[in-house]
Amino acid sequence: MTFRLAADAQTYDCRKAFADTLIDLARADERIVAVCNDSVGSSNLVEFRKEFPDRLINVGIAEQDLVGVGAGLANGGLIPFVSAAAPFLTGRALEQIKADVAYSDQHVILCGQSPGMAYGELGPTHHSIEDLSWTRAIDNLRVLVPADPVQTRAAVRWAVDNPGPLYLRVPRFKVPEVTPEDAVLEPGRAVQLADGDDVTVIAVGTMVSRALEAAERLRGEGLGVRVLNVPFVDPLDEEAVLAAARETGGIVTVEEAITTGGLGAAVASLVAQHHPVPMRILGVTGFAPTGSASFLLDHFGLNAGGVAAAARSVLEHARA
Amino acid sequence: MAHTRAIFPVVHIHSTATSGSPLTADASSAREWAGLRERIEGAGHTERVRLLEEMAADVRRSVVSTIDQAGLGHIGGDLSVTDILVTLFAAVLDVDPTQPDRPDRDRFILSKGHCAGALYATLAQCGFFPRAALDTFMAPLSELNGHPNRTKVPGVETNTGPLGHGFPVGVGCALAARLRGLPYRTFVVLGDGELQEGSNWEAAMTAAHYDLDDLTAVVDRNRLQQGARTEDTKQLEPLADKWTSFGFEVRDVDGHDHAALLEAFAPSQTGKPVAVIANTIKGKGVSFMEDRVEWHHKVPSAEQVQAAIEELTR
Repeated sequence: MTFRLAADAQTYDCRKAFADTLIDLARADERIVAVCNDSVGSSNLVEFRKEFPDRLINVGIAEQDLVGVGAGLANGGLIPFVSAAAPFLTGRALEQIKADVAYSDQHVILCGQSPGMAYGELGPTHHSIEDLSWTRAIDNLRVLVPADPVQTRAAVRWAVDNPGPLYLRVPRFKVPEVTPEDAVLEPGRAVQLADGDDVTVIAVGTMVSRALEAAERLRGEGLGVRVLNVPFVDPLDEEAVLAAARETGGIVTVEEAITTGGLGAAVASLVAQHHPVPMRILGVTGFAPTGSASFLLDHFGLNAGGVAAAARSVLEHARA
Repeated sequence: MAHTRAIFPVVHIHSTATSGSPLTADASSAREWAGLRERIEGAGHTERVRLLEEMAADVRRSVVSTIDQAGLGHIGGDLSVTDILVTLFAAVLDVDPTQPDRPDRDRFILSKGHCAGALYATLAQCGFFPRAALDTFMAPLSELNGHPNRTKVPGVETNTGPLGHGFPVGVGCALAARLRGLPYRTFVVLGDGELQEGSNWEAAMTAAHYDLDDLTAVVDRNRLQQGARTEDTKQLEPLADKWTSFGFEVRDVDGHDHAALLEAFAPSQTGKPVAVIANTIKGKGVSFMEDRVEWHHKVPSAEQVQAAIEELTR
C-alpha cells in the first residue's frame, strides 16, 4: 500500500469541506447549530447562515461567552459547532473548554479554524501553535486534526454521530487530497499511507502531504518509510505507534504546532515508556518571525526536505 | 485520554468526568417535596411564606451539619443564597427529581459553585438524591465534590466552580429553548463578587441581543467577597443601573423575603431578560456569622455548630 502524490496535485482550503458538510448534515438534522464569535466569514459560515439564519448564533467578539453558550445549547439538546479562529477559541476560552465542555461532558464540537501558522504575516498573536498541547492536556476531550478535504468531511460527520467533547482543528493552509476515501475514521486509529521497515514518519493535518513527499525522496535513496497519519491526536493509536517502534528503526513526528506538548510529545511519552527508539520531533519551535504561512513552514523545516533530513538522522542514531 | 484503550498498565489517566455512577432520586423525599409544593401552591400568602421559611430553616440546619461533618465548606455564601434556592425549588422551578433529565425541565444553574453545600442540601430536601449522601460531602470519592458536577449529581446542569462560567451556559440553555420551541425557563444564580468576571457581561450582552425573556439572572448581593467588601475590592455599584443599561428588566429585592423573591421570579413583563438583585446577608440566620468576611469559608467549632443549630431552630 503506497500512496503516490501527483506533482501537479490540486490543493484545498479544508474550511470549504467543513462548511459544505456541515450544511449537508444540518439539512437532515435540526439539532445542528453553528455558534461563532463574529467569525461568520472566516469560519466559512456565510452559506450556512443564508440557509439557516436562525441556527447561526453570533455572540460577537466574546470567546468565553462563545464556548459557554455552546455548552448551554448542548444542555438544551442541540448539537453546537462552536467555530472561531483557533488561537482565540483555545487561548481565550481554555477554562470554558475545560469546565463547561470537557469536565461537564457536553456534546460540543469546538472548531478551531485557521490553526497553526495559517495567519502567516499577522504574527504569533494570530498563530495557533499551542492548541494541540493545551487540548491534549484536558481530560475527556478528543482532539481531531483532519489532513485533507476527505478527512475533514469524515470528521464533521463523525462529530455529529459521536456524542462527547471534541476539538476539531480545521486546516486552512492549502493541502492536496492525501487520504483514501474509504479510510475508517475513529478515535485511536491511525491511517497507514505508506509502508516501510527502515523508519516511520507520523504526521497530522497539513504535514501529511509533506511527509509523503519526504517518503518518496527517501525511497529514491533506497529507504523504506512507513507513513502514519493519526487524525486523532488524542486518543492516539497506541498499537500502531508501538508497532512502528518495534518494526522500524525509529520515529519522526511532524505537526504544524509547537513541539512542547502536541503529537510529538504524545508519541514520545508512549514510546519512552514502552519501547524506546530514536525519535525526532518536528514542529514549530517558538514564536514565528514575520512571513507567509508557506514561508514559515519552510523556516521551521516543516517541509519534505526537513522531514527527510530528520528521518536520515533517526536512522544514523539507530545504527550508531 | 479517557477514551484510550489501555494496552499497558501505565501512562493512562483515569477520568472522573464520565466514570462512576451518579446519585439517583430518593422516592420518599421526592413525594414529600411534591406534597409541599402542592401545599405551597394552594396556600394563602401568609401560609405560603411560612412554609418557605420552614423549608429554608431545614436547609440552613442541613448546611451547618454538612459543613460540620465535612470540616470544609463555604458557609457564609451558603447561608446568604439559601432563601433564593428554596424559593426557586419549592415554588418556581418546573423540575421533577424523579426525571431530572426531562427535556422541557426548567434549567437552574448555580454559577457561584463554591456554594455547592447549600445546593446539595436543597436538592436532597427535594429528593434529587438521598439525604444520607450529604454525610459524604467532600469525603474521598464522594459524588458531592466541593463544586457541583452534573455527571454525578442529578439536578446539576453544568459543572461550575471557576467564576463567570454559569451565566454564558445559561444563555445557551435559554437560546436552545427558543430554537427548539420548548417552554422552559432558565435561572442562573450569581455571586456579587463574581460579577467582576468579564464573561458575565459578555453573556449579558448576548442575552439582551437575543431578547431572552425566559432567562433570569439572580445576583446574591451579600456585598462581601472572599477577602473584603465588594465595594472595597472592585466596586459593583451602581449595580442595578449596570444591568438596566445592559438591557435587562431589573428587580431589586430583599433576598431573604420569600414573598418578594416569589414576585421577583415571575416571568419578564417587558420582553427583556430579567436580573434580580437579591440583597442578602452573608451568614444569614447565624448571628455571629452575619455580614462577617471571615465566615466566607471558615469552619465552625463544635460549640459554634451547636449555637448555630439552636439559632436556626427557633
